[in-house]
Amino acid sequence: MSARRLIAVGAICTAMFAPAQARAERLIVSVSNHRVTVTPNYSGEELVLFGAVEKDAATPAGPINYDLVVTVSGPRADMMTRRKERRFGIWMNTDYRQFVKVPAYLALFANRPFDDIASTDVQRRQQLGLTNVLLTQRIGPDFADVVPNDPFRRAFVRLQRQRGLYREDTSAVTFITPTLFRTGIPLPAQVPIGTYDVEIKLFSDGALVTHTETAFEIVKVGFEQFVATSARQNGFIYGLVTAAMALMTGWIASLVFAKE
Amino acid sequence: MQLYLPIADIPVNVFLILAMGAAVGFVSGMFGIGGGFLMTPLLIFIGITPAVAVASVASHIAASSFSGAIAYWRRRAIDPMLAAVLLVGGSIGTTLGVLTFTYLRSLGQLDLTIALSYVALLTTVGALMFWEGMRAIMRVRRGVIAPRRSHNWVHALPLKLRFKRSKIYLSAIPVVVIGIIIGFLGAVMGIGGGFILVPIMIYLLRVPTTTVIGTSMVLTLVTMLFATMLHAMTNHLVDAVLALILMVGGVTGAQFGARAGQKIRSEQLRLLLGLLILAVGIRFAVELVIRPGELYTIREIGVTE
Repeated sequence: MSARRLIAVGAICTAMFAPAQARAERLIVSVSNHRVTVTPNYSGEELVLFGAVEKDAATPAGPINYDLVVTVSGPRADMMTRRKERRFGIWMNTDYRQFVKVPAYLALFANRPFDDIASTDVQRRQQLGLTNVLLTQRIGPDFADVVPNDPFRRAFVRLQRQRGLYREDTSAVTFITPTLFRTGIPLPAQVPIGTYDVEIKLFSDGALVTHTETAFEIVKVGFEQFVATSARQNGFIYGLVTAAMALMTGWIASLVFAKE
Repeated sequence: MQLYLPIADIPVNVFLILAMGAAVGFVSGMFGIGGGFLMTPLLIFIGITPAVAVASVASHIAASSFSGAIAYWRRRAIDPMLAAVLLVGGSIGTTLGVLTFTYLRSLGQLDLTIALSYVALLTTVGALMFWEGMRAIMRVRRGVIAPRRSHNWVHALPLKLRFKRSKIYLSAIPVVVIGIIIGFLGAVMGIGGGFILVPIMIYLLRVPTTTVIGTSMVLTLVTMLFATMLHAMTNHLVDAVLALILMVGGVTGAQFGARAGQKIRSEQLRLLLGLLILAVGIRFAVELVIRPGELYTIREIGVTE
């Protein structure tokens, strides 16, 4: 598997001259919490991902410089991005793009800049960095990811970054020892609920060595979540309750203030 | 105290929302209006999306108009017959309004429509009220009694009904049409429509001032309850937590506003209200014309296959 990957990422020369070099590093990772509960007064939290690079006999001896890239992607959804333009003297939404099944939360962490970790080509193939992540757009009947400097794509990524839902930090992964590493995964207050996939990729000398995956789940609990769920699932009852609440409040007010 | 609004999906300060509710309640008590035309813009200005603001304000207006309607009912200042005929139109208008709202939202033009409607409606109504208030003040200064025309073209329409409590004999057609317009505007713009309905009923239908506010409150109450239900069922945009805070602030503020209102002369009150409405309208107009800080918006539309 890892040998095939090596070829795939373009390290053909290495593979030709050392066909038996099946490097066998293994990644062992764990997140500090596999189930994050978001309560009403939740104001953001940070999960910690720990991990170790395990070498075995096949691993070349001597110190190796490892690079790590951690990709956290949240639940996927379709997102509509609209652009305002001046028409008839006023600013209104005109053009739009639909991003298809893009992660609602996306974080990319590394131990050093992506340019130092791998070549541009590898970065693109391995989707390293927000400019290289695949964000499919629906363009008429077709689905495609456009060039990274497409204005809609740039605006989408920029807005998601402003909301803290998309992030890229090339100094977030720290090696505690040459083989032991950790990174923080910040989760802002407005994190969407659902399953989050964490993919950890190990690079050495610009090539992917191995990768592993883990996941965690974000659940919201409490009154607010109950309200949000019932609003979506039982619109009729929710409406009735809200209407009844309005009548109650009005009635109580008239009782309280009528006596004066 | 921060509180997370479940539907609006943003954290807000509870006291800010309470204060806004109370301030708008004060104004609404003072002028005898629902105050939706102030509440919705305020919510939009603090960062709540126009769609959620419109849908949630509906239930807030329902609460304040219900407490008002109870008070007017006790004073026998509601014409049940007139209210019933208005409601026929109101229900039709609200349904059409919510359908339009849903359609515009899918087109991505809801925010623009809300803003444009505010500009058009508020600047017109505000300017008219301001003008009328000025003229009334001038008349009082000169000591001239306002000319009272007893009949107009509205009274020539067929399908006449007798509205006993208001002591008027009037065609049902204009009443239903007015109900439709108010219901429609209420659902699309998040306003109760009292500030338009009251002048129309006084000047066009010649409904006596004794029953006009109470009856308009009944229409507002029912259309807003109806709008709450429809918005909850079709768009899932009613934020009950937000609405509750607004209601509590609103009904309290309204009581103090009503007392303050009694101390001001009615033509001055109309002048003030006209200015206020005009100011909100202009605020929206400015917003539309200046280049927005952010040209792009994102909306999650769920997973479509």
